[in-house]
Amino acid sequence: MTNGWIDIKNTDLMLIMGGNPAENHPCGFKWPIEAKLQRNAKMIVVDPRFTRTAANADLFLQIRAGADIAFLGGLIDYAIQNDRLAHDYLVNYTNAAFIVKDGFKLPEDGLYSGFDPSTHAYDKSTWNYEPSTGSGSASLPPNVAYDVTLQHPRSVFQLLKQQYSRYTPEMVERITGIPRDQFLKAADLFTSIRKDGDMKKVATIIYAVGWTQHTFGTQIIRTAAMLQLLLGNVGRAGGGVNALRGHSNIQGATDMAGVFDILPGYLKMPAPDDADLATYLKRTTPTSSKPAEWDSYNYWSNTPKFTVSFLKALYGDAAKKENDWAFHYLPKIDRKYSWVEIWDDMYNGQVKGMFAFGMNGVQIGPNSRKNIDALKKADWLVVGEIYPDETSEFWRAPGTTPDEMKKIQTTVYRLPCAGFAEKDGTFVNSARWLQWKNIAIAPPGDAKVDQEILSLIFLKIRELYQQDGGAFPDPILNLSWNYTDPLHRSFVELAKEINGRALADVVDPASGNTIKAGQQLPGFGALKDDGTTLCGNWLYSGSWTEAGAMSQRRGTEDPSGLGVYPNWAWSWPANRRVMYNRASCDPTGKPWDPARRQVWWNESTGRWAGHDVPDFKVDSAPKDHMGPFIMNPEGIGRLFGPLAAFQDGPFPEYYEPIESPIANPLHPSQSTNPVVQKFKTPMDKYGTPADGFTVVCTTYRLTEHYHYWTKNNPMNVELVPEPFVEIPVELADEMGLRGGERVKVSSARASYIAKAMVTRRIKPMQIDGKKTYQIGIPIHWGYRGIAEDAGRTALTSVNLLSPTAIDPNAYTPEFKGFLVKIEKA
Amino acid sequence: MEMSRRAFIQSAVAGGTALTAFGFETAPIRAQAKTLKISRTSETRSTCPYCSVSCGVIIHTLGDRAKNAVPQVVHVEGDPDHPINRGTLCPKGASLQQDILNDRRLLKPQVRRPGSDHWDDIDWERAVDEIARAVKKTRDATFTAKDSRGRTVNRCESIAWAGGCTDTNELNYLVVKTMRSLGVVGLENQARV
Repeated sequence: MTNGWIDIKNTDLMLIMGGNPAENHPCGFKWPIEAKLQRNAKMIVVDPRFTRTAANADLFLQIRAGADIAFLGGLIDYAIQNDRLAHDYLVNYTNAAFIVKDGFKLPEDGLYSGFDPSTHAYDKSTWNYEPSTGSGSASLPPNVAYDVTLQHPRSVFQLLKQQYSRYTPEMVERITGIPRDQFLKAADLFTSIRKDGDMKKVATIIYAVGWTQHTFGTQIIRTAAMLQLLLGNVGRAGGGVNALRGHSNIQGATDMAGVFDILPGYLKMPAPDDADLATYLKRTTPTSSKPAEWDSYNYWSNTPKFTVSFLKALYGDAAKKENDWAFHYLPKIDRKYSWVEIWDDMYNGQVKGMFAFGMNGVQIGPNSRKNIDALKKADWLVVGEIYPDETSEFWRAPGTTPDEMKKIQTTVYRLPCAGFAEKDGTFVNSARWLQWKNIAIAPPGDAKVDQEILSLIFLKIRELYQQDGGAFPDPILNLSWNYTDPLHRSFVELAKEINGRALADVVDPASGNTIKAGQQLPGFGALKDDGTTLCGNWLYSGSWTEAGAMSQRRGTEDPSGLGVYPNWAWSWPANRRVMYNRASCDPTGKPWDPARRQVWWNESTGRWAGHDVPDFKVDSAPKDHMGPFIMNPEGIGRLFGPLAAFQDGPFPEYYEPIESPIANPLHPSQSTNPVVQKFKTPMDKYGTPADGFTVVCTTYRLTEHYHYWTKNNPMNVELVPEPFVEIPVELADEMGLRGGERVKVSSARASYIAKAMVTRRIKPMQIDGKKTYQIGIPIHWGYRGIAEDAGRTALTSVNLLSPTAIDPNAYTPEFKGFLVKIEKA
Repeated sequence: MEMSRRAFIQSAVAGGTALTAFGFETAPIRAQAKTLKISRTSETRSTCPYCSVSCGVIIHTLGDRAKNAVPQVVHVEGDPDHPINRGTLCPKGASLQQDILNDRRLLKPQVRRPGSDHWDDIDWERAVDEIARAVKKTRDATFTAKDSRGRTVNRCESIAWAGGCTDTNELNYLVVKTMRSLGVVGLENQARV
């Protein structure tokens, strides 16, 4: 989230789409309700199903799963056509006025300029700004040509206007299935906050994996962000673009680089062409790119400090200036190793061993059968879990014969781990709060805490390399492990290392004070690139200072009444609760809405002040025109994503899901995302309407269950004991099907069997003139669990159905909006 | 037959309102039975492990945390001080006690050998030793120091780590430290999907 849960109470208008917080984030949903009750805020809900969130909406629209960009693009067009824009914000805080290079082409035919069909990739050299002088180069120009009247035909604003002029209410209706008059009602309501140019009101956009799990998920979220920039809603209390996220610590896992393509704090992974640290830093440290008269903080210019401090945290004294701070201890990558690629590589024999700790890959899928077959080809699998799960028992998945089992040569270790109450440490919620949890009891039986298991295994590996040598042992032998408790049964030492400490006496630039060697750092502003500081993750620096664990704070005071709670836990970055909050003020530094003052410019002190921590260079005066989006080299919010920011276009364009009931009405010859490629193993099959797969299927969670975990909890199983499939009444009538009867849902890959739940919550839709049905399946059942073990289910998993196809920017699989057929079972 | 203290009190309560089978006033005992569950517990502040709202929870354990006392979780409830959930919990948070005390929990290390149709028990020391040797064998056989163009890559493409959604930041940091130092590039997490 750019903002936070409590901040939603400050809004005037909510668009909730691609998420169902009433059912999936029930205790957070009190804040949208608070906004309705206290501010008379309006709520628009757009979803394939009439959910309990929808039941609270002022306006509900049923959309075809995956058609979101068409809807949001239609809103952008409506806002521009009706001049419901935040003009000063647009000109000063976004790249609307920037001029784009000659040669850039919009995708009337579905393709931007530079597409190479042989590689399914774009040459992005035309996706750049025009330099104010000279002919420019391959990188962003230091000085960008611009036109604050926004009239230049190649200004970002004019290109944007042209791009979305094709997203007419008629086109929106054809693609999304939302009738034109309903769409217009929603567009009028959403943009009404900028009626007559008033800037006081604020709208928020709230979403979850209903947006991310598509082959164009990143671009859906971008369309929302662009809409919020056009309306001046980012950085403001009650505004922003708010990812609900679905798990207790996936925000933290992303921050901490539990994913292949980054290092902690969103540092980029080294590539083979980074011959040394200097080359890596030159590639990954941006230089500012802006109109000559404007200023840009370009905070990522600090990348060398973050990187060297990280390498010191990893390798301690073994990271020296002479060995490039041990830069070559880190692996270098030049291809994707994302979730589905790991399984594809395992299926193809390249991945031989896997650790799965609290991650049930068979159930998660997509294409679960492929994952099961992949595991059969691995040499070893180490599962750390608290319950028996499908992944550890892949070798006896339903349908496996005794003969087949004998042929499965994989060795599987299943290690009993600790539950949440048995471990300490921090989770990061969707509002970016780091909150420490305490140990309540010890793990049961012989179970151990996860970090003890990992430490035992690693230290054993290190011992083997010490004894016997082996391939490139240096990073293993030199990994810094000077801990009081080498097994980390409490996480305190690691939490302090993540915050960072001084290795020599250093001066804190913010206060001018000396930080003594060995002391905890006050924040990332104190980091150095000369080896005198170490820091496991710069973004969390400030979370455990000399004053103690900020993540353990429990201050309940809220002086501003805006729900900031500055002394409760700690929010990254720098305990800032609303990101980009400089944009809550006009260019002169005065809040757009004096009733919701977050930060402001104090002329007498010459500094920014506020109820929240200013997300800005604290002494940059408004007259210097520094942009509020300090993490972009331009200092502004990007309506146009230049160069390699996105793989599939600098503006979002609507493409159909990889399996779709229609050809894309915008450009039928380029129906799906041109850079998305299908996978090629025999397990990767994709269905079409011509093959009989005509029903759009979406997957979701229930209030009473959590992923593949609560199927082991007797109380949750009692609440919702069995799997089911939500089927529109009209489709059930056509099939002669009654509620409670068993149905078989099949995709091109496999089948799923459960009881029918015949519902009016999903209505038939007209998609491009064609009657189209959608169905929905909750994800919570598999082949191990209380109901499963009792024989009350068909032992099928929903993700047997879903396809292996991923978003080209975030690599998230398309779990929503694939094609199926349905019959009585 | 042994009768637990709680069962004794319950039977006393079931016996009637006053001066019944026991011949004395049971109301004070009933009152004590009513508050018994958390009146003598230790409270531990924690965070619900399910969705991303991060509801504060209080875990009540019996026992005074003395070294020789085995604490037992008797109740989990929403933390009324927490600014987001303000004491509320959803049906999942409200059933957390049954997640902590659950007879389906895995209690000992197990191994499924190649070709086998069942789990065998294995002790921790042996499991750790075997796993470490498997990792080293796989890594040494497949490690790539330089790619086909002679560039330093120092990577191990044959070992993957799949991390879960309730892994804390500190665990994830330890995973990054150890796995990246082994050269692991197939490092992924629930965060991706």
